[in-house]
Amino acid sequence: MAWLNDPGNWTAPGGVFDQLAAHLQYALIALVIATVLALPAGLLIGHTGRGRWLITAANAMRALPVVGLLILLYVMLAPHIHGRGDTVYLVPTEIVLVLLAIPPILSNTFAGVDNVDPAVRDAAAGMGMRGGQVVRRVELPNALPLIFSGLRSAALQVIATATVAAYLGLGGLGRFVYDGQASQNFAERNAGALLVALLAVAVDLVLAVAQRYSVSRGVSGRFPKGAAPGRADVPGETGVAEPTKAPPPATHTA
Amino acid sequence: MTAPPPAPVTAVFAVDSSPLGMFGYFSEHRSEVLTWLGYHAWLSALPVVLGLLISLPLGWLAHRHRWTYPPLVTAAGLLYTIPSIALFVSMPSIIGTQILDPINVAVALTVYTVALLVRVVADGLAAVPEDVAQAATAMGLTRRQRLWRVELPLAVPVIAAGVRVAVVANVSLVAVAGTIGVPELGQLFTTGFQLSVGSPYYPPITLGIVLCVLLALVFDLLVVGGTWLLTPWRRAVGRS
Repeated sequence: MAWLNDPGNWTAPGGVFDQLAAHLQYALIALVIATVLALPAGLLIGHTGRGRWLITAANAMRALPVVGLLILLYVMLAPHIHGRGDTVYLVPTEIVLVLLAIPPILSNTFAGVDNVDPAVRDAAAGMGMRGGQVVRRVELPNALPLIFSGLRSAALQVIATATVAAYLGLGGLGRFVYDGQASQNFAERNAGALLVALLAVAVDLVLAVAQRYSVSRGVSGRFPKGAAPGRADVPGETGVAEPTKAPPPATHTA
Repeated sequence: MTAPPPAPVTAVFAVDSSPLGMFGYFSEHRSEVLTWLGYHAWLSALPVVLGLLISLPLGWLAHRHRWTYPPLVTAAGLLYTIPSIALFVSMPSIIGTQILDPINVAVALTVYTVALLVRVVADGLAAVPEDVAQAATAMGLTRRQRLWRVELPLAVPVIAAGVRVAVVANVSLVAVAGTIGVPELGQLFTTGFQLSVGSPYYPPITLGIVLCVLLALVFDLLVVGGTWLLTPWRRAVGRS
């Protein structure tokens, strides 16, 4: 605690604020890339029902040890990267983080779309919606709770693994953990661990709030008191799919 | 003065530093690697067993007394949010062990397993059809008999799915502890990293990845096999 109470440790170059910003930046880049790749793919596979093997393949990737992959990629790529500063650590790290974030986002998006009640989908088609409209206006909103849970577990893994990347030499909050460990400065090491844990909890909380405000009330069943529309409290008559299958449990990586 | 005997001719093998050099690396470091593999297997499996033993009563509690469900599941979710490296290095100050004590890893992974399985056990028990539970009661089973003979066996497939996730994730997580020096397969990665200064040296790294994946596969198959043995009625119906 004493380490955290010293303002010098926060504002100094390479201090808490700098590493926090770096950590968030690594995580955000990976999450954005992974979402751009996995979300449309999951929607497409769920909508067409084709290419399910991709989901299986992505899930099988979860058995790979992340640290091993990180170090392998670094050793492979390092001789070929001649950028300035952190690039030599950043490129392998971002590749691993993206690979890590894809399976939860992909499989949860697919599961979300796959769980949409066929009757709801048929009704949308019956109203004259084209395929793309069904995806955007019906399947995506209904799948949103599961998509968010995939996104949250991806964010969690990415933040956790960005810590391990400090072992390679990258910045981020993992610096305090590994530097403290190497120099036997356990106050610094523990402070680093605490900060990473707090960051992970905080990001999860932000995503939970984002989920609350972006999921349609027809899907979440959450209405302000006294404002519930007539039939919303009748189970099965809300016109939206109840999730029939449990979402795949999140995995935890680093 | 006799000429010195000619130096014995030894076959000079070029050091194979390609990824496939892992076979040679394994035969050269067999005992060390096997020790690490043993530690790794032990450190991934033990927390799952302990975690399951702790989660079963907690999950039952969350199922039986509904008001305990939200706090238990929320607390579990919160524990699951803590990155593992943070938990590994903080364990010594929480439970008073040395930093490199494997107990840190075992306890931290048990925490994750419990965090994952409490919800799974509660949801698995809740998924038992109401009419089945009522039929059991009608046949004269007490609440305890009903739990042991009907509800728990029927929840096995759901719980097993959670256990599969936990055990595979654990194998990958244990390797993280290698970066702070706990002896297990993760040390192959740090060794490879140190040997790669200058030019890439793949064998220990690829060996570590292959052994981790194989270990995860073996554990996964064990859980699948155990589920198969514990659910004979599913075979009788002819579904997998």
